[in-house]
Amino acid sequence: MRRWAPLLVFAVLGVFLYFGLYLNPKEVPSPLVGRPAPDFTLPVVGRPGETFSPSEVRGEVWLLNIWAPWCSVCLEEHKHLSRMVGDRVPVYGLTWKDLDREAAPLLARNGSPYVAAVDDRDGRIAIRYGVTVTPETFVIDQDGMIRMKHVGPITPAVWERKFEPLLRELRS
Amino acid sequence: MKRRLGLLVLAFCLLPGWGAASLPATPNADDPLLEARLNHLAEDLRCVVCQNESLAESRASLALDLREEIREMMRAGMNDDAVVASLVARYGDFVLYRPPMKPLTYVLWGGPLAFLLLGIALALATLHQRRTLRPPADVSPEALREAAQLLQSDDSNHPGSPIASGTASRPSYQEERSSR
Repeated sequence: MRRWAPLLVFAVLGVFLYFGLYLNPKEVPSPLVGRPAPDFTLPVVGRPGETFSPSEVRGEVWLLNIWAPWCSVCLEEHKHLSRMVGDRVPVYGLTWKDLDREAAPLLARNGSPYVAAVDDRDGRIAIRYGVTVTPETFVIDQDGMIRMKHVGPITPAVWERKFEPLLRELRS
Repeated sequence: MKRRLGLLVLAFCLLPGWGAASLPATPNADDPLLEARLNHLAEDLRCVVCQNESLAESRASLALDLREEIREMMRAGMNDDAVVASLVARYGDFVLYRPPMKPLTYVLWGGPLAFLLLGIALALATLHQRRTLRPPADVSPEALREAAQLLQSDDSNHPGSPIASGTASRPSYQEERSSR
């Protein structure tokens, strides 16, 4: 028994390290889940004079997708977002730190996956949502509560595993 | 002497503020007091994008934004605890470099102590076992005495030492050596 002890310790450590490999250090549990989504009123990208505020969609389940024109993963996500989401849930965008004003022409050129994308140029609203990386997506329910935060792009697998069940639950 | 100098240098490097010193944020000229408060607070806050830097040393744009946010909260009259609380409300305990004591972090705080105690217990058990070790029955008292003598003498590993010369196992060893 004694001679196997080091091997045993090594095996236990190995198991921990192995599972550690698959943890995403960017996926930090958000304390905002279960709390009301911070309110804001921001201008809509590409529609001068128009603004959007979460209070306008109270009573609806909606997604808030944080993106930036300089974030290539976000642009990749855009290509598939509309197809995955379809018309099941409205997706609003929060354009983070678009300092070079690239968002409007970019959305016009590529086709916008958003009902509306707001312009958070100085990043202050993103801070209120505890955003650390782009893309991030929040699921907000009828009462304006944040129900989930997903860090990273939404792939079809993620959509099926994380979003579909939650949306079904929120709808019922 | 050289070694002592090396240790001295090492000791200096370990002093806080030496070695890889943290770069404070650009001072805000119009309110040095607020800036000092901010820097002090930011030392203990994690930059959430560049996870292993503090908010005080980070140059990431989100860190700059967060410092601006903290400045604004301070200007609005919030005290340090309120500022930290509002950041924790958005980013979670993850922003704190000193995580609070709560059920979720008991292992984190208690772990090192538990390992230390475990180590001490293991060391004591091993030492105790060695002390109370009984010699096997089939070894003669003379052999034991001889072994004790060998252990005490400094040059027992020299084949020509006076104590070693009379033993039963030595001659063959000496023969082997002298035959070369």
